[in-house]
Amino acid sequence: MDNLKVVGKKIPKIDAPLKATGAAIYIQDVKIPGMLHGKILYSQYPHARIIKLDTSKAEKLPGVRAVVTAKDMPPNFRIGIMKDNPPLKSGKVLSIRDEIAAVAATTPEIAEEALSLIEVEYEELPGIFDPLEAMKEGAMLIHEEAKSNILKMPWRLICGDVEKAKQESAYIVEDTFSTQWVTHCCLGTSGCVAHFDMHNNLTMYSNTQIPSLAQNDFVEALNAFGLKNRRVRIIQAVIGGGFGSKLDTYAYEYIAILLALKTRKPVKIIFTREEEFFATSPRQCTITKISHGCDKDGRLTFRDVEMVLDNGAYTSWGATTPSVMMLPISSLYKVPNVRYIAKCVYTNNTYCQAMRGYGNPQATFAIESSLDQLAEKAGIDPLELRRINANEPGEITPQRFKITSCGMKECIEEVYKRLNWKEKRGKDNGRGVGMASLIHVGGGARVYKSDGCGTIIKMDDFGKVDVFTGASDIGQGSDTVIAQIVAEVIGIPIEDVNVINNDTDICPWDVGVHASRTTFVAGNAALGAARKIREQILEAAGKILDEDPADLDIKDGMVFSTKNKEKSTPLGKALRKIHYTLGGKMLMAEYFYDPANENFDKEFKGNLSVSYAYGAHGVEVEVDRETGKVKILNYVAAHDVGKAINPLLLEGQIYGGGLQGIGYALGEKMVYQNGRLMNGNFLDYKIPTAKDVPPIQPVIVETDEKDGPFGAKGIGEPGLVPTAPAIANAIYDAIGVRIKDLPITPEKILAALKAKDK
Amino acid sequence: MKKEITFNLNNEETTVEVDPKWTLLYLLREVLNLTGTKEGCGYGECGACTVIIDGKAVNSCIFPVLEAEGKNIITIEGLAKDGQMHPLQKAFIEKGAVQCGFCTPGMIMSAKALLDEKKNPTDEDIKEAIEGNLCRCTGYVMIIDAIKSVAAGR
Repeated sequence: MDNLKVVGKKIPKIDAPLKATGAAIYIQDVKIPGMLHGKILYSQYPHARIIKLDTSKAEKLPGVRAVVTAKDMPPNFRIGIMKDNPPLKSGKVLSIRDEIAAVAATTPEIAEEALSLIEVEYEELPGIFDPLEAMKEGAMLIHEEAKSNILKMPWRLICGDVEKAKQESAYIVEDTFSTQWVTHCCLGTSGCVAHFDMHNNLTMYSNTQIPSLAQNDFVEALNAFGLKNRRVRIIQAVIGGGFGSKLDTYAYEYIAILLALKTRKPVKIIFTREEEFFATSPRQCTITKISHGCDKDGRLTFRDVEMVLDNGAYTSWGATTPSVMMLPISSLYKVPNVRYIAKCVYTNNTYCQAMRGYGNPQATFAIESSLDQLAEKAGIDPLELRRINANEPGEITPQRFKITSCGMKECIEEVYKRLNWKEKRGKDNGRGVGMASLIHVGGGARVYKSDGCGTIIKMDDFGKVDVFTGASDIGQGSDTVIAQIVAEVIGIPIEDVNVINNDTDICPWDVGVHASRTTFVAGNAALGAARKIREQILEAAGKILDEDPADLDIKDGMVFSTKNKEKSTPLGKALRKIHYTLGGKMLMAEYFYDPANENFDKEFKGNLSVSYAYGAHGVEVEVDRETGKVKILNYVAAHDVGKAINPLLLEGQIYGGGLQGIGYALGEKMVYQNGRLMNGNFLDYKIPTAKDVPPIQPVIVETDEKDGPFGAKGIGEPGLVPTAPAIANAIYDAIGVRIKDLPITPEKILAALKAKDK
Repeated sequence: MKKEITFNLNNEETTVEVDPKWTLLYLLREVLNLTGTKEGCGYGECGACTVIIDGKAVNSCIFPVLEAEGKNIITIEGLAKDGQMHPLQKAFIEKGAVQCGFCTPGMIMSAKALLDEKKNPTDEDIKEAIEGNLCRCTGYVMIIDAIKSVAAGR
């Protein structure tokens, strides 16, 4: 491992030159001759009956090519994991983002004008905007056909005997924590271009994080349109940010397909920033009741968690985030008895989606805040409490996760050391330190039947390599990590590797960019394909050099004999020989890697991931008692990543995740009032700017994961998982008040200080 | 009614017919096909559309197109010379300042305007110069490093 040439190096992202020169083509930049522009009309009310919908004036506007409503969609066609969401709504609207009609016109301006000519009359209905209200017996049903507003997804994990453990615990704490809606704020807004050929095959230019699954969704849609057996091709433009927002297919995409079908022209829909705020799906808000216990020595005895999630009016992957919340709830630290019950509840609010961490940030906020309370009650230093209970390699957790590599203790020690914990803790001087740890999937996550990714490698006559991977790049750098792995295995410079990752006609299957799985899963797929092609090269070169392939090696594009260094041939020459020999062959290899992880069983138990990522964040804050403002003086983010394949990109994930986490902890909140978003713009919904960057120290802990490519585990999401509780804990140390609902704003701090002084 | 305007665009005298209702961003992206300049919000809050007008970083999405008359305008496409990238572009690439890249062109233009004006900017100067350029991926740390490295290296 010590003589690695490409892996482990700080190699710049390979598509960065395109992006830094403005040459990268994002979905906004895609233009096709004859292309029309689509715009969507949304509901004016969060809950209402549509009395009248008249599109005739819009249809007559010059430049308008099509106006569509629910009656143009196939009857009973629904999207989303519960199939509860018609892409165009009729009868009743259930949320402010409900799509009612859409227009395709020659320019976006004409399309916009046409929307204003569509006449809609509503009968406004009372709505339910509080999940606790919606859960009550006899509450109005959001979906009339459903028996209850509580989704039929009984999230329930029971490990050991919590009630018995409660009896036997020396110390017990119980409290309730809540989190807010926050949104991804990808700088590039959502969009697509739908384009049919003469045979009704569909090409979709897309931003998706799930090309293979989106292809499946659109094939289903074409079937519903009566277009059986058609091809769907997904071409991804350069993606202007993902963070989980593009893990599903959305109404606007089906509307673009419908408009393209109606007009026989390519139709482009690009969200405005306003739409991006209110018509995409945020991270769900949660209400979490949690209790923890420990024995007299501080060893955890149980964790008991009840949670309510606001599902909004329709169902996307947000409703399944409790499956990932189970991971920290059952397995963050050693805790023998665990109970977790979660309910997702329909309301007339916006519906939710995956966002970086997939539920883990919300769960970890409750767990790590509660643990600090427990430490105080037990009279143990909170960092010490975490040392006592830290996870270890070889452990099998109550949910049956098999912990392989685990650097949690090392991460905690890094925080202790770099934060100067002993000196800084408990000073009661307006400054304080706090910490929180994390566990996340780090070796794929079997949430679907497959967790696989395919890779194809082909070589040209000059020793250059094309790698076709199913793994999408959303800016995180999977293109570069895959190229590094391939270059390292074959023995060529990274400049000789070209990664193609954005076209379902060319690229093999992959389940999607989610669960921090790409380095691990796509990396292993690339590793497997590269090994295969290396074997083929050595075999061919063996014939040329008259050597046993086992005695050959490749370095810097030369194949040479390890026994006799004189004997060598340029890689290109060997390849040409293979191509130009009678009965020659093509140099190509494929590999499909599907990790040996498990789907949960009926009790939500099983080894979801092949390996688990760990980390610990420590924060020093200063709190102004007059203004309630929190200043971060020092931020240590230690992460067990198995092996850093590219420390440059990895640190980028830690910095970027960390600042997103700080935004989540200290400021970001989508303000919904009675189902309407009140702050859907960058002025009122503030994401961190360059001025908000505190001193962050990323610390990479390497534990050499046996199943990871070159020892690596995932790092995409962990960077923001423990941020909010680490900050909340530090604030408590600084001023003695605990904020239990995110975000931690100056107003809440001042109110808490006032209440404490009373 | 369309009007003709003339301005210097990326070192070239440019005359175009424009609709007075257009923004400069619309002209650049939709008419002149200079799509390197991005639209992230359309109301001057995210900085993805930043170009340099007479030495100042400007949000082109709220800049009325008629006001471009007689101005000297540089976009991201105007930075590379003779096939060589601008030092800021190289630094952004090498320092890891580019992830999804959507904010990158605007960010680089804001940085260029700063470095053209100040020889030795402080960290605070840099943060101030790019405060109006939002980035959701990088946490800004490597962007700030990249800008610093160019300032230090000249």
